Amino acid sequence: MIFRRRRNQAILGVLAAIPILIAISVKVTDHGSRRGNDNAGALFGSIADNGVFVAFAALFVVLTVFLPMAISVVAGDSVSGEANIGTLRYLLTVPVSRPRLLAVKYTGILSWCLVTPLTVGVVGVLAGLALFPSGSVVLLSGTQVPYVDGLGRLLLTILYAALMMAAVGAIGLFVSTLTEVPIAAMATTLALSITSAVLDAIPQLGGIHPWLFSHYWLRFADLLRDPLQFDGVEKGVLVTLGYVLVFLTLGWARLGGKDISS
Amino acid sequence: MSVAEAQARSAPSDASASAELAIESAALTKRFRSGQVAVDTLELRVPRGAVYGFLGPNGSGKTTTIRMLLGLIFPTSGRYSMLGAALPASAGSVLPRVGALVEGPAFHPYLSGRANLARLDAADLTATGRTAPRRIDEALERVGLTAAAGKRYRHYSLGMRQRLGIAAALLQPRELLLLDEPTNGLDPQGTREVRHLIHQLGREGVTVFVSSHLLAEVEQVCTHVGVMSTGRMVWQGSLPELAAQQRVRVRVTTSDPQAARDVLARLGLGEPTVVDGEALAVLGSIDPERIVEALVEAGVGVRGFVVEKPRLEDVFVSLTGEGFDVSG
Ligand SMILES: Nc1ncnc2c1ncn2[C@@H]1O[C@H](COP(=O)(O)OP(=O)(O)OP(=O)(O)O)[C@@H](O)[C@H]1O
Ligand SMILES: [Mg+2]
Repeated sequence: MIFRRRRNQAILGVLAAIPILIAISVKVTDHGSRRGNDNAGALFGSIADNGVFVAFAALFVVLTVFLPMAISVVAGDSVSGEANIGTLRYLLTVPVSRPRLLAVKYTGILSWCLVTPLTVGVVGVLAGLALFPSGSVVLLSGTQVPYVDGLGRLLLTILYAALMMAAVGAIGLFVSTLTEVPIAAMATTLALSITSAVLDAIPQLGGIHPWLFSHYWLRFADLLRDPLQFDGVEKGVLVTLGYVLVFLTLGWARLGGKDISS
Repeated sequence: MSVAEAQARSAPSDASASAELAIESAALTKRFRSGQVAVDTLELRVPRGAVYGFLGPNGSGKTTTIRMLLGLIFPTSGRYSMLGAALPASAGSVLPRVGALVEGPAFHPYLSGRANLARLDAADLTATGRTAPRRIDEALERVGLTAAAGKRYRHYSLGMRQRLGIAAALLQPRELLLLDEPTNGLDPQGTREVRHLIHQLGREGVTVFVSSHLLAEVEQVCTHVGVMSTGRMVWQGSLPELAAQQRVRVRVTTSDPQAARDVLARLGLGEPTVVDGEALAVLGSIDPERIVEALVEAGVGVRGFVVEKPRLEDVFVSLTGEGFDVSG
């Protein structure tokens, strides 16, 4: 269902365009490779040396705004969209039990969480291969690893990004049970992601930073060091799973006792 | 009205009969958060195999009742069961045997009619996937939608949408159908076909619970009726029962209405009067033939003699009141 909708196909198209855009801009403006000090600079700077970094840089770019937006759209629409056009009442009378409905919807959201970063990654690799060298990969820590190893790390990164988005998806699913207006659910979910990012940027709130779901999104850079640094990634996984659990439970409690009068 | 209310209350609550009831409810009440009591201590009794017309003015609680029966909204209090099993506990085993059309059809606009049915069927764990294409085609055929099955739902006309909604209710062989205004938006042929369909389903032994405002239609297909007014059941029972309670009147058109009135009074007919130059009276248990005979014997020149059965519409209005405004 998700992948047949034109709207979602358009989102995938936009996501696929981002690595291509990055590759072309770097190709056109590049005057020899430079490595910045921060992660972003380093990722972009490495592109000229090895095309696989197109994929990493693109993931870096989309993780903070584009991916949460893509997930918000689909997750926010999941239940409220059915309520909005009235198909929810017919699904429930089939009958699809309410917990099963949530499970099916969340499974769909999870597949969307995986396909979106995968699209960015795959297109990134292809664009990189087309425009840049593809030899051994120099990691952020300066170590050289074979190209295949670089691809392995890319896959890990994509899985990590998918998992991070699973939290947004669970929040969106819950919000989606609160309203019959899909656009409201989408906007609310995106607003929550942005709020989390804003709070994360206020140094005085350092105490709550480790508990924000967006806090760990960019930690995937740790996967580009040698040896692999799992501390931040591990925490990110745990916090994300916590969010998923809490919001799925909230969604279940909410939908379970709700009067469907749409 | 008070007679009708007493009738509704005195419905026998024989426990052994509940196996014979397709739908039964006890003191079913729904109070919305707004404070509105949409359904008030409802005692539904729909016998198995009945075609039950669920009537009532706009806002009288018909759709709310159907939503409760289907587990879409939860009652504030009261119990209810369908096909002999208490709900909502047994929803998983009961609802697959129940087809429903609630407050109009609803489908995904960008999928075709057939794809929409396939999606609904796939969501049904009790449905056999192998037989799905055949069952979908049969359902489409039954509502006369085969030719438009491949069209996107968003391009369907109002009546085509309604037909698809009915097709969805017929995807599986059902024991009970809950149809909320199934003929809404249908053309005259469509209305007639739905009437035939309901009639036919009734003959196959399917219990049909149908809400409608088309009283002439209801009169033709239903075996039972229930009349709602502001959330309460004001009358329910079989159509013959309803007819038996109604006062059949005779109307005599004549040049001498006063003499005709006297004859009617002498024969023992109730409430004999003269209105607009015609003699009227309540028939009671007297044979109409005897009345005509008596009139002729008395030398009253009879130009017209009519035995008037009240139409369901008149009964409906007498039960639910004349007022046009909905009761908020
Ligand atoms: N979700 C809701 N919240 C508050 N009030 C509601 C809700 N749904 C229905 N009502 C109220 O309950 C009453 C009964 O509505 P219902 O839809 O059951 O009427 P109905 O008999 O189906 O009418 P119609 O013939 O117009 O379809 C109405 O007064 C309506 O305003
Ligand atoms: Mg209604």
